[in-house]
Amino acid sequence: MTIARKGAATAVATIAALSLAACGGGSSDSGSGGGGDKINVGIKFDQPGLGLKEGAKYTGFDVDVATYVAKEMGKTPNFVESVSSQRETLIKTGKVDYIVATYSMNDKRKAVIDFAGPYFVAGQDVLVKSDSTIASPEQMKGKKMCSVKGSTSATTFAEKFPGVQLQQYDTYSKCAEAVSTGAIDAMTTDDTILAGYASQSQYKGKLKVLGKPFSEENYGIGMKQGNKELCTKITAAVTKMISSGEWQKAVEKNLGPAGYKTPTAPTVPSTCE
Amino acid sequence: MGDLLARYDILGAFLMTIKISLAAGLLALVLGTLLAVFRLSPVPVLRAFGSTYVNLVRNTPLTLLVTFAQFGLLSLLNWHLANQSSPTSVADDNFRWGVLALGGYTAAFVCEALRSGVNTIPVGQAEAARSIGLTFTQTLREVVLPQAFRASIAPLGSTFIAMIKNSTVLSVIGVAEIAFLQSRIIDENADQLYTIMAIVALGFVILTLPLGMGATALSKRLAVKR
Repeated sequence: MTIARKGAATAVATIAALSLAACGGGSSDSGSGGGGDKINVGIKFDQPGLGLKEGAKYTGFDVDVATYVAKEMGKTPNFVESVSSQRETLIKTGKVDYIVATYSMNDKRKAVIDFAGPYFVAGQDVLVKSDSTIASPEQMKGKKMCSVKGSTSATTFAEKFPGVQLQQYDTYSKCAEAVSTGAIDAMTTDDTILAGYASQSQYKGKLKVLGKPFSEENYGIGMKQGNKELCTKITAAVTKMISSGEWQKAVEKNLGPAGYKTPTAPTVPSTCE
Repeated sequence: MGDLLARYDILGAFLMTIKISLAAGLLALVLGTLLAVFRLSPVPVLRAFGSTYVNLVRNTPLTLLVTFAQFGLLSLLNWHLANQSSPTSVADDNFRWGVLALGGYTAAFVCEALRSGVNTIPVGQAEAARSIGLTFTQTLREVVLPQAFRASIAPLGSTFIAMIKNSTVLSVIGVAEIAFLQSRIIDENADQLYTIMAIVALGFVILTLPLGMGATALSKRLAVKR
């Protein structure tokens, strides 16, 4: 941090003073020559294990990927919160340069933005209390299932396993709380998000992921359409992260505590469409 | 746009908004009138109760009230308002607690709108009513409240318009109204963000504009000529 600060100070003192407030804690920019060159990166602020803001500290797998990519480009990430429903808008209006926030690549989204990646393949799974008798999604018939409004997880689940009662809240934290108190039987979304909650200190040992994913979600890094240069750079960075072993380390560090088995790394296409 | 209307039950979601608004509006009107009577009554305990309720509820964010009803009362204390063996118990519980929270919240504003209406009536009228032998209840029912409601129509209209829009807050506990459906459509159709917002905005204008115009017209027609 001090080195980054000094670098910026030599460049333009006033800008350095201004940017101190926005200086992300998770960034370590010591190696690159650009110094305080900032790049705006969208992440989730409320997902443990993936993108979580605690005070001025950012932790999670997405944060690690975002930081690695920024570092490869010689820049310091300036983290911006990107809630699911606002991701496309943030990109289109240029508020962020790229987004790493459990962003599933699909055709609807590809129509408005570009994706680099996938950098991770997740699957939809179910989280229950550790002492729950539910062992597979099929046993959810007549039970209560929680998910987040606006996400496709709940409707997908109800279509695949009919007879389940859906409760949808505005945040995953509320679902996790309701499952841990027993008010709701289970919650469903991507296994990465579930693993993140199960590894949180207050839920450790209380919640478990079934480990029977029934869908495939390709997480990509979202960016403005037509920026081939940026896309190529990000793709190269992700490929390097995977081949260097940093990717593996990041997965184990962030999602390992929940007993989440590290999946094989996805093959990143070498070119940008 | 036609494609969205065909794929999603937008009308059904608006119907849910209307259902919430009607139920919560009725509750707010009844509870609000009762609170106004409490606040005007000569009994100190009732007055204290009325003003405590209004000040407490009016100054609390609706989101907090709705979340409290859901987590504090329903999840933690297990106060269910729906038959637990029914296959739609979750949705029913959400709807009923949501209506209760929204209605209870709006009641505080209805109470204050009515009280402002009461204040337009010269004290001499209530005094005259008492002096010809009417009881407190009779004075309220025959003389004060009918005039107060007339004078309150315009502020009540604003209160109910605000309530209809506030019904979107219930989406945080998963009541399947329009804001709830909106977030799902946006998630699945990121490319049509503005179309969706336009549809929802138009829907709300259709719901609230006649209400506002009706309230204004009615308040002019029924105004007490003095």
